[in-house]
Amino acid sequence: MSTSNAGFVRDAVAEGRLGRLRRIADTVARVLAMAATCVALLFLASILATLLWYGVRGLGISVFTTITRAPGSHGGLANAIVGSIVQAGLGTLIGTPIGLMVGTYLAEYAERSALGNAVRFVSDILLSAPSILIGLFVYQVLVAPFGGFSGFAGAVALAIIVIPIVVRTTEDMLRLIPVSLREAAIALGAPRWTTIVFICYRAALDGILTGVLLAVARVAGETAPLLFTSLGNSDYAGLGSAMASLPVTIYQYAASAFDDWVQLAWTGALLITLGVLGINVVARFVVRRR
Amino acid sequence: MSGDLFMEATQNTMQVGTAQAAASKATAIDGPVRVSIRALNFFYGTNRALKDIDLDLPEKRVTGMIGPSGCGKSTLLRVLNRMFDLYPGQRATGEVMMDGLNILAPGIDLNALRSRIGMVFQKPTPFPMSIYENIAFGVKLHERLARAEMDARVEWSLTRAALWTEVKDRLHTPAAGLSGGQQQRLCIARTIATRPEVILLDEPTSALDPISTLKIEELIDELKRDFTIAIVTHNMQQAARCADQVAFFYLGELVEVGTASQMFTTPRQRRTQEYITGRFG
Repeated sequence: MSTSNAGFVRDAVAEGRLGRLRRIADTVARVLAMAATCVALLFLASILATLLWYGVRGLGISVFTTITRAPGSHGGLANAIVGSIVQAGLGTLIGTPIGLMVGTYLAEYAERSALGNAVRFVSDILLSAPSILIGLFVYQVLVAPFGGFSGFAGAVALAIIVIPIVVRTTEDMLRLIPVSLREAAIALGAPRWTTIVFICYRAALDGILTGVLLAVARVAGETAPLLFTSLGNSDYAGLGSAMASLPVTIYQYAASAFDDWVQLAWTGALLITLGVLGINVVARFVVRRR
Repeated sequence: MSGDLFMEATQNTMQVGTAQAAASKATAIDGPVRVSIRALNFFYGTNRALKDIDLDLPEKRVTGMIGPSGCGKSTLLRVLNRMFDLYPGQRATGEVMMDGLNILAPGIDLNALRSRIGMVFQKPTPFPMSIYENIAFGVKLHERLARAEMDARVEWSLTRAALWTEVKDRLHTPAAGLSGGQQQRLCIARTIATRPEVILLDEPTSALDPISTLKIEELIDELKRDFTIAIVTHNMQQAARCADQVAFFYLGELVEVGTASQMFTTPRQRRTQEYITGRFG
């Protein structure tokens, strides 16, 4: 009796010591995690603050209504803004359906096939490929043979960046759908494609949409693929000719010797950031309303 | 009787030797037979999960399937609507006859088959859409209805599933907003909306609270006026309450078939008695 009591006390003491150690470890871990979070947020806040500080100064109606002009002649960014919207928009329009179909193939039809594994591997490589390589590829395929830079080539380069992002999110989101939901649709007599299009896509819509928006956000800020494809233009342009874009304009202006161009570069950077932020906010609103 | 003729017709296609034994234990209830299972074997790869099953589902009656986990009850349900076809490596041999057709035969239109043999699963599986669309989805797969007809069908199926009064004012809100019990009744409504002849219920109340369970059980009683029902359950009381005929499965074999009252009072097999008295399982 007494020995078992002693054992109990000993265990309790040991547990108390252990408990103290655990509490210390917990505190240390928590402090470290919070410190890391603060560092990350500090950088983010610093970037945003700098951007706001220098960007807002140049903000005005003329930025949106005037095209880029020679230094000292009060130019704006209108052609670059339109060019960016056109190229990112068209790139997303081209890339999303392709990415959606490839992702669907990987998730629904090629789960363990050799071809599926190969496609998945290539797509993942493309996901992390340096974007300048994609620009060079499109230059070789669409710019050099057809004798000139074009907005269309820029859009294609951006589409190639969009595809692997949409592939990955589509596949991941479709795989998250419980088997029971698919079986329920099939048990009603739904063919496979009906189940995928009307049940699985719907169930995965939030995730897929988020993936597409991530892709839009990514390509809206891409510079390298556009340098070799749409090049830039000091005026509005059609898809068949060289086309201005915000990132390329920022790239050219920020390194220039003219104060008003540098100012426009800051403002352009702010606009891209606000645009991406706006897309995300709208997306969240849409997703939540469903 | 037409049912006997039906049975004779199916037995003629089998080996003479097993026909006699099959007839003696395939059903406990006289009357027409809706689905007739003969010499059914089922394999998960090389693992034989069902062994020489002979069982009849009497028309417009409830057949309860009981037995310990892994005994093959759910597998049998998934054979009846060919759900197993989705998974490579699973196969069935034998015959499942319905209206003179072997539904295990190659070349059967699976989508049409599944519209005639509906299934409700263990966990409620509302589709990510409105209550109305949940019902209309299945109907649209097989029929082209005008708006008014579809409205009527939705109301009919929800009424039959004892859900209409609870949801009639929010038909166009997401089905995910319903309670678990309501969701399961929606799944039943969705299944009967395609007007099947047979409804398979795979432990339909195991994820539900007692009140919802009671509602579903009352519903089953009401639905058997129009539908032939097979229900898998782990709940002996539920089998006793709902089923007209009870089949006891053990390790992939059909041990015994009897009327519910006979099975729960005077089972013929020792294993049946041990299971229903809670000695194992």
